[in-house]
Amino acid sequence: MIAIPMNDTAYLRSEVLAATALPQASRIAVRDVDFYYGDFHALKRISFEIAPLQVTALIGPSGCGKSTLLRIFNRIYSVYPKQRASGEILLDGENILDPRYPINRLRSKVGMVFQKPVPFPMSIRDNIAWGIRHHEKLGRGEMEARIEQALSSAALWDEVKDKLGQNALSLSGGQQQRLCIARAIALKPEVLLLDEPTSALDPIATGRIEQLIEELKRDYTIVIVTHNMQQAARVSDKTAFMYLGELIEFGDTERIFTKPDKQQTEDYISGRFG
Amino acid sequence: MALALLGAALSMAWGGREAFATFGWKFLISTDWDAVNHRFGALVPVIGTLVTALIAMLIAVPVSFGIALFLTEVAPAWLRAPVASAIELLAGIPSIIYGMWGLFVFAPFMAAHVDPWIDAHLGSLPAIGIFFSGPPLGLGMLTAGIVLAIMVIPFISSVMREVFLTVPARLKESAYALGSTTWEVAWHIVLPYTRQAVIGGVFLGLGRALGETMAVTFVLGNAHQLTASLLMPGNSIAAVIANEFTEADSELYRSSLIALGFLLFVVTFAVLVVARLMLRQMERKQGRA
Amino acid sequence: MNISEKLYRRRRLRNAAALALSGCATVFGLFWLLWILWTTLVNGAHALNPALFTHSTPPPGESGGLANALFGSLLISALALAIGAPIGVLAGTWLAEYARRGRLGEFIRFLNDILLSAPSIVLGLFVYALVVKPAGHFSAFAGALALALIVLPIVVRTCDEMLQLVPNAMREAALSLGVPQWKVTVQILWRSARPGIVTGILLALARISGETAPLLFTALNNQYWTAKLDAPMASVPVAIFQFAMSPYEDWHALAWAGALVVTVFVLLLSLAARWYLRRAHVAHD
Repeated sequence: MIAIPMNDTAYLRSEVLAATALPQASRIAVRDVDFYYGDFHALKRISFEIAPLQVTALIGPSGCGKSTLLRIFNRIYSVYPKQRASGEILLDGENILDPRYPINRLRSKVGMVFQKPVPFPMSIRDNIAWGIRHHEKLGRGEMEARIEQALSSAALWDEVKDKLGQNALSLSGGQQQRLCIARAIALKPEVLLLDEPTSALDPIATGRIEQLIEELKRDYTIVIVTHNMQQAARVSDKTAFMYLGELIEFGDTERIFTKPDKQQTEDYISGRFG
Repeated sequence: MALALLGAALSMAWGGREAFATFGWKFLISTDWDAVNHRFGALVPVIGTLVTALIAMLIAVPVSFGIALFLTEVAPAWLRAPVASAIELLAGIPSIIYGMWGLFVFAPFMAAHVDPWIDAHLGSLPAIGIFFSGPPLGLGMLTAGIVLAIMVIPFISSVMREVFLTVPARLKESAYALGSTTWEVAWHIVLPYTRQAVIGGVFLGLGRALGETMAVTFVLGNAHQLTASLLMPGNSIAAVIANEFTEADSELYRSSLIALGFLLFVVTFAVLVVARLMLRQMERKQGRA
Repeated sequence: MNISEKLYRRRRLRNAAALALSGCATVFGLFWLLWILWTTLVNGAHALNPALFTHSTPPPGESGGLANALFGSLLISALALAIGAPIGVLAGTWLAEYARRGRLGEFIRFLNDILLSAPSIVLGLFVYALVVKPAGHFSAFAGALALALIVLPIVVRTCDEMLQLVPNAMREAALSLGVPQWKVTVQILWRSARPGIVTGILLALARISGETAPLLFTALNNQYWTAKLDAPMASVPVAIFQFAMSPYEDWHALAWAGALVVTVFVLLLSLAARWYLRRAHVAHD
C-alpha cells in the first residue's frame, strides 16, 4: 500500500501519533505536476515530497507559482473553470487530483488559511462550528469542547472565551487570522496549508502566528507560502525554492539558506533578485 | 429562473404583435382616432410622445450636466454628499406625484403667466411662430415636456455624477497641473473621457421620458388632434393607453391600444439597448484601468 | 505679455461663468423638486385626517377615506415582493456565482438591465395580455404580477452586484472547509451580501408602491373593501389618479392626501434602505 520510500524516523513518529489518537499526519508526494491558467503554463513538472509533521516553506519571487502550487493541494483552484492541473499528488497513497477523489473529504483533510483573514459574517463560535457541522454530528457539549480545543490550539481561547457570541468581524486582524487557523484545525485536518498568512499583519501579530506554527507542527503537516525569507528560515524545516513555474531546489531549510546547490537559489536568498 | 426574464421580454413583443397585425402599416401614419367608427391611427400619440420627450431632454440634459458638474467639481465637499443624496431620493418619488403637481399647480401657473407671454412674444414671429401660438390652456405639449424634464433631471444627473466620479484623479490632476481652469478640465478632460457613458445616461433618461405615463397623462390634455403648436393639448402613447384602456369597448379598440404599447416598447427597447451598450463600454474601460 | 494676460482673463471669466451656471442648474433642479414636495406636503396635510385610514373610498359628494386603497396597495405590493424577490435573488445568485463570465450570463444581465428601465405601462400591458385577457376579468393577482415584473430586475441587479462584491477569499475560505458550494452560497455568501440585497428589496418596494400605470389595466380599481385576489382591487396610486382627474373638490383633497402618504412612505423607505446599508458598512469596518 505504501508506494513511497519513506524516511524511517518519520515513519516511527507517525506510528506513535496514530496510537495517541491525534489526527494522523500525512505525507504528500507531488509527482510531475503541471498547471495551466487557460493557455498559460504556470507550473512545470513539479516533483517533490512533503514530510509529515514538518513545516515545508515554498519561497520564490512573486509569480513563480508558489501560491499556485499550494492551491492544488486542496483543489481550491477547481472553483475556476479555466484552471487545470495534471500529474499526481498522493496523499496517503491516493491521488487527490483524480476527479473521483471526493473533494469535500479532501478539503476536510487538508485545511487552508489565506493571505488576508476572512472571518465569516457570524459569531466567533459559529465561525468554528459552521465547518464542523458539515462533516460531523456533534452534541452541544461535544461541540463546545471542540470549539474550545480549536481556539486553544490557535492560541486564541484566552482572548475570546468571554465573547464567543460576538461578531467575528470585531476582532483585530491578528486575532481574525488566528480564528481562521482555528476554523481550519477544528475539522481535524492532517495537513494545513498557509498562504502568506502573515502578509496582512503587523510584526507583533506575525510573531504570534509564527510561534503558533511552531506549536502546530507537533500535530499537523504544514505547508507555508511566504515571500519573507527570514520567516521561511525561522519556521520551516524544509524549503522549496521556485522560479518561473519550476522547482529549482528543495531540501533542508538550513542547507538551502547556508549553502544552496544552485546559483539561482543563492542569488534569490542573498537578495540579488526578486 | 433567469430564463423567466428572457421569456417575459419575448412574449411581451409577441403579445403586442398579435394586435399590431390587424392594422398594417397604415396604423403608423393615420391621424384618425375614432372610437365610434372603429378607426384608429397612431400618428398623433406617436408625435406627442416624441415631442414631449424631446422638450424634456432639451431642458433636462444641460441642467443635469450642470448639476453633475457642480456636485463633482465645484461644490464644497460638505455640500456634495447631502445634495447628491437629496437628488437621488427625489429620483425615487413616484411619477404620479409629478403628474398631480403638474395638473394642480404647474398647469394653472403656465396658463396664467407663461403661456400668454409666449403667445404674445413668440407667437407672432415668422416661421417659428406657429409653434408658439395658441390659447393659454396650461395643459399641452410644452407643460408636459417641462414636467417630464423636472422628473428626469434627478435621474440623469445621478447617472452623470456617478460617471464623472470614475474619472481617474491623476488625469484631472495632470490637467490642473498645466494650469487649466475647472471648466476646461470638465469640458476637455472629464466629458471626453466619459462621453459614452454620459450619452448612455442621457438615453436612459430618454427611455424614461418616452415611456413615462402618469406625469404626462395629467398635463397633456388628452386631445386627438395634430397641431404644430406646443401650447395645444396633445396625446402620447402612454397617456392614451392609461386614459382609454379600461373604457375600450371593442376588441379592435383594445388591440389598437396594445399595438400602441408595442410601438412604445420597440422604441424604448431600441433606446435602452443603445444606452446600455454605451454604459457597458464605459464599465469595460473602467475594468481595464 | 499683454496678450497672454488678456487670454488668461478671458479663460478665468469663462470658467467663472460656467461654474456659476452649474451652480444655478443645481439650484434650478432642486427648486422644482422642493416646490413639488412642498405642494404635496401642504395640500396633503390639509386633507389628512383619521377617516383617511378608517373609511373606504367615497362616491362623489360624500366623505370618505382611502382605507380600502391603502389595504389594496399593501396587499398587492406584498404579493409582488413575494413573487419577485425570491426569483430575483435566485437569478442574481445564478448570475454572480455560476455565470459570472459566461456569454449567456452577460446576455441575461443585459436583458435584465433593459427590463430594469422598461416603461412600466408596457409591463402592465404585457400582464394584461398574459393574465387578464385569458382570465376574462381584472384581478389583484394580475396587478401583483405586473409589479413583480418591476421588482424582479431590481432585485436581480442588486443581488448580482452585491455577491460580486464579496471577496473571492471568502468563497475560497468557505470551500476549503470542505463544504458543498450551494451551502457556501446560501450560508456564507448571502449572509455577507445581505445588507445590499435587503436594500435592493426595500428600494424595489419603494419603486412599486408609487407605480400606477401597470395597475390601471391589471388590478383596476374597486370602490369597496376587498381581500379577494381574483377580483379587482383598489390601490392608492390608482385612486389618486381617478380622484385627481375628477371634477370634485373633496376628491381632489383625498388625492392629495393619498399623494402625501405615498410620498412619505417612499421617502422613508429609501432613507431606511440607505441607513441600513450604512450601518452594515460600519459594522464591517
